[in-house]
Amino acid sequence: MSVPGETWFDEAAGPLVRPYAVTRGRTRAAVPHLELITLVVAVQPEVHGAAVEPECAHILRVCALPRSVAEVAARVDLPLCVVKVLISDLIERKYMIFRAGPPPATPPDLTMLQKVLDGIRKL
Amino acid sequence: MASGNSDGQFPNRTGDAEYGNAPGRSGTGAAVRARPVLEALPVKVLIAGGFGAGKTTLVGSVSEIVPLRTEELLTEVGAAVDDVTGVERKTTTTVALDFGRITIAADLILYLFGTPGQERFWFMWDELAQGALGALVLADTRRLGSCFPSVDFFERRRIPFVIGVNCFDGVQPYPVEAVRQALDVDGEVPVLLCDARDRESVKFLLIALVEHIMATLRVADTAPTG
Repeated sequence: MSVPGETWFDEAAGPLVRPYAVTRGRTRAAVPHLELITLVVAVQPEVHGAAVEPECAHILRVCALPRSVAEVAARVDLPLCVVKVLISDLIERKYMIFRAGPPPATPPDLTMLQKVLDGIRKL
Repeated sequence: MASGNSDGQFPNRTGDAEYGNAPGRSGTGAAVRARPVLEALPVKVLIAGGFGAGKTTLVGSVSEIVPLRTEELLTEVGAAVDDVTGVERKTTTTVALDFGRITIAADLILYLFGTPGQERFWFMWDELAQGALGALVLADTRRLGSCFPSVDFFERRRIPFVIGVNCFDGVQPYPVEAVRQALDVDGEVPVLLCDARDRESVKFLLIALVEHIMATLRVADTAPTG
């Protein structure tokens, strides 16, 4: 029975918002710098049976090829924030590696921009 | 044959890589296949504009993949969180982001992200804008005001942008200069007519954007500091 005024929103209360059930209620990724365009790839796309949760196994299969975090979320059809937590777990458990985009605070590099320009012209 | 694929669990797809034991079974962490590499640098540009300005259409015109949609989940906690009734009021809203991809080279991938059109999702723009090379702002002259917030946003954050005046049905009743005046943007900001459905037209806009970004950087380089 709850005490009036007691907060229900704590870890012990468990996941109250259904999509977060797969993250066991966690809403923050432990690995920082996981952005929409951060690229991830599975070290081993096919993992043995019960080694990881089904959602994580799905993510690993999708990441047999390098994908951005946003692409993974779209392909496994889970909200971004949920996918970030799961990817973060998989990185920590060394099932995946990642590569972030350029550091946000620095101005883009002209050589890279020239490459983008040439690439678009060739499309 | 000491490799981990002797049990048939891990087909050796590359033919030359040794598959180790599965993670969790060996206790030594992840297995070693031909070590995956991430040689590509991901970069992004934003596609902004009011609701219905043609952002997703534009992304689809140049993307090498059918534009994907991902959803960010917003948890809106009711005002009375310490109240048990607050549990029922804790609702979730999703904001859809549409995006596409262009592989520029083996080591460079460009992502195009459409920004959410509704202004109430503005806080999401900060994450979207972080690290963005620049932005295309799509203007719809039937509702020109709907792109003002985007223009303000990029101006305030000094993110280089170009304006594409989307010609719906190939018709554009206003000259570019009139649009520029109405939007009151700096003289250096390119304002161009475009057709979001047309690949060449969108390529032209993207080229104008990257050239504008480069010009902005060069100016910043030569400008006296301080």
